[in-house]
Amino acid sequence: MFGFEAIDLARFQFAFTISFHIVFPAFSIGLASYLAVLNGLHLLTGRDIYLRVFQYWKKIFAVAFGMGVVSGIVMSYQFGTNWSVFSDKTGPILGPLMAYEVLSAFFLEAGFLGVMLFGRERVGPGLHFLATAMVAVGTLMSATWILSVNSWMQTPAGWAMNEAGQFVPEDWWQIVFNPSFPYRLVHMVLAAFLTTALVVGAVGAWHLLRDSTDKGARLMFSMAMWMILGTAPLQILAGDQHGLNTLKHQPAKVMAMEGHYDSHPEGAPLILFGIPNAAEKRIDHAIEIPRLGSLILLHDPNAPMAGLDTIDDDKEPPVAIVFWSFRVMVGLGLAMLGLAFWGAWQRWRGKLFVSDWLHRAAIAMGPMGFVAVLAGWITTEVGRQPYTVYGLLRTADSASPLQASAVTASLLSFIVVYFIVFGMGTFYILRLMGRPTQTTQGRLDEGPIRTAGTTPAAQTEKKERQDGV
Amino acid sequence: MAFDLAFIWAGLIAFAVLAYVVLDGFDLGVGILFPALKDSREKDLAMNSVAPVWDGNETWLVLGGGGLFAVFPLAYAVVMPALYAPIIAMLIGLIFRGVAFEYRWRTHRAQHFWDKAFFGGSVLAAFAQGVALGALVQGIEVENRAYAGGNWDWLTPFSILTGVAVVVGYALLGATWLMMKTEGAVNDHARRLAWPTGIATLGLIGAVSAITPFLDNEYLSRWFSGWTMAFTGIVPLLIAGCGWLLFTGLKSGHDTRPFLAALGMFVLSFAGIGISFYPNIVPPSLTIWEAAAPDSSLWFVLVGAAVLIPMILAYTAYAYWVFRGKIDPDEGYH
Ligand code: HDD
Ligand code: HEM
Ligand code: HEM
Repeated sequence: MFGFEAIDLARFQFAFTISFHIVFPAFSIGLASYLAVLNGLHLLTGRDIYLRVFQYWKKIFAVAFGMGVVSGIVMSYQFGTNWSVFSDKTGPILGPLMAYEVLSAFFLEAGFLGVMLFGRERVGPGLHFLATAMVAVGTLMSATWILSVNSWMQTPAGWAMNEAGQFVPEDWWQIVFNPSFPYRLVHMVLAAFLTTALVVGAVGAWHLLRDSTDKGARLMFSMAMWMILGTAPLQILAGDQHGLNTLKHQPAKVMAMEGHYDSHPEGAPLILFGIPNAAEKRIDHAIEIPRLGSLILLHDPNAPMAGLDTIDDDKEPPVAIVFWSFRVMVGLGLAMLGLAFWGAWQRWRGKLFVSDWLHRAAIAMGPMGFVAVLAGWITTEVGRQPYTVYGLLRTADSASPLQASAVTASLLSFIVVYFIVFGMGTFYILRLMGRPTQTTQGRLDEGPIRTAGTTPAAQTEKKERQDGV
Repeated sequence: MAFDLAFIWAGLIAFAVLAYVVLDGFDLGVGILFPALKDSREKDLAMNSVAPVWDGNETWLVLGGGGLFAVFPLAYAVVMPALYAPIIAMLIGLIFRGVAFEYRWRTHRAQHFWDKAFFGGSVLAAFAQGVALGALVQGIEVENRAYAGGNWDWLTPFSILTGVAVVVGYALLGATWLMMKTEGAVNDHARRLAWPTGIATLGLIGAVSAITPFLDNEYLSRWFSGWTMAFTGIVPLLIAGCGWLLFTGLKSGHDTRPFLAALGMFVLSFAGIGISFYPNIVPPSLTIWEAAAPDSSLWFVLVGAAVLIPMILAYTAYAYWVFRGKIDPDEGYH
């Protein structure tokens, strides 16, 4: 396709499909925990409002979760279809971790999902809460294993090589808890909670703008603003630590993130903005703060820092993408912190539910968690190039022996299908979010309507719901 | 080596695939029969009968693929590129039918579109699985630890036949499942669908079994020599027995027996395929020992599997038990 080789197409396909996939888990990891909390609060206090908000988000969760599952199944087969050499070589190490993910996480989620969505009436509130909690635990386990996999590819440890050229395990403990795993896990799980809180907050704010007495909207907005206040500062702290760890293990990535083409023997500046110029190997129009880079990364303003000039050209990651995506993520992280403080201040003044500008800002920030997550992953993954297993296996040597025509056909199919299917799904989710929680009041068990049609009343309700009223 | 870990794992992967085939088989089957159901009420019921369990069913497919990656990475690395087009087609089919479970209830205007997506996705996924199976049985060319054939090697009359066989067989599972889970009009309807799909399934099993031994001399000698001779003789009889149970069950108004009989046919056919394959994991030349990951990988997962698989079976059984019995048309969803 357009003169691309199979490998470029396979890379694009991977980036495209994983970027779609990550959006759903980022949301469903956080939302599953939120649902478990709401369900638990209802069990504890008996207050109706918790159950009402639970039912509201449960429907949204069901749609998002479905999209996460189908896009995830594509991922688990894609390693074999497009990256067969990689699969053969890393299978003995990464395969078992993914198998554990299936056994300990996917089955747990899937097994209890049915009970959570459809079974409240059948199992009673206690077991229903348990099922919800199991789904939440499952999503967190899933994140744990897959991040261990990804982290091993970034910072491989505990391996040896056999005669067939495969990575083989030497020490499972070191493999699972490889050097970047704890940082990545904390940062990603916080990202999922933050992303979900931003979405919940935006939905709450949207309904508060229409009716500031809406109880469901108040609950959502208040819970979300607490959550953001807790997680946004933690996330920045975690990100900072993550960066220090990356500096230790993948210095070239940090050079690209910081835009350090040149070494700075006297202490490196922090480049805020600028235009990376790959041909001349410099940052044009840089706005920089002298020595701050060294201060942040090495805790000493005068510490020398190496730049990309110390790295062979064929071992460098592409700078511009990494430089920009890193700035998008950090910028959004700071914006989230700003939102959290603003919310706290308005709460302190007793105006949390009537401050229109705060609500507008929360709506604008609603989707930004997703943008930050994608930007973060692009930083991580592009910054790892040109390797799939850092320093050991090149991306160019990982792909399947496929003809470009086959990869082109599959890539085009995925693009078309994903835009239709996930586009529609997003539209349905937005429509569900557009309905206030009030409409579900008094008929928490909206479901019968789904299968009914026996009574005229149910018929009208069904129509109402389907029209998204 | 006290334990033949590769052999144990071959057995476990085979179990995962079988679990997938029978479980997702009936829920894909419900999708395949979707257009044959009359009004949207019948469709609602049919879909609700599988909605709480489909995700769990499909997870066995992820275990099959993920397990292969973990314990037979070379087989995974060879088979996936060899079956590239059918695998991609299957994934796309699964996307459409998977999202239809929720989307269908979220729209009035486009409901018929998602009904068709549910049907089309189910047929495509089932057909692609059958084609992949047929292509695997025919054998895959391997050189230097990699697939050595072309883009279209998977496409042959035999693989088309196995593709059709799987679609029809799943439809039978779906029809008998619906009989078991529903009452009244839907039940009658499903019973009427079980007749032709049952007859066709038996015919296709016969056709595929008759051709398979002649695809490769290995198969021929494996089937008609030594202890497998006994199996060769008995299996057709057992399948015929399942057929008898199926049709008498259909005639005498049993609701559960036909489903069990259909399951029996699948298990027996699966065992037959296992005999053809063994000791290869990728016919005609890659054995389970050649493809296996090193022992330390096999041990590491086996420990977890020994603990987790029984737990999975237990809570999966619990989930089925929660939704046991005929589904009540007026019962709640969300
Ligand atoms: C809501 C999402 C979100 C927010 C607000 C931030 N991040 Fe982040 N970041 C992620 C979501 C994320 C992520 C998607 O979760 C990544 C991708 C891979 C990973 O482990 O986490 C990530 C990666 C990532 C990396 C790359 C690690 C590597 O692969 O070597 C660094 C250095 C940071 N982050 C640092 C930060 C800093 C200093 C932030 C402060 C403003 C920040 N992140 C905010
Ligand atoms: C979930 C969020 C993720 C996103 C948005 C993401 C994004 C990307 C992008 C943009 C690339 C292309 C880099 C380039 O070619 O320059 C890439 C490569 C890759 N990623 Fe990720 N990634 C994610 C997670 C993961 C995880 C969890 C794994 C492993 C389990 C993984 C494995 C890979 C592999 C094998 C490649 C190499 C193929 C290639 O270079 O294109 N990724 N990813
Ligand atoms: C290349 C990497 C990845 C692969 C192969 C993969 C594979 C899968 C598969 C097969 C499923 C469906 C499970 C089911 O049937 O229930 C799934 C869902 C899921 N994945 Fe991924 N995944 C990848 C990346 C990620 C990442 C980076 C995360 C989070 C950090 C993640 C978290 C989840 C979660 C929480 C689910 C449950 C469904 C949902 O939440 O929507 N996955 N994934």
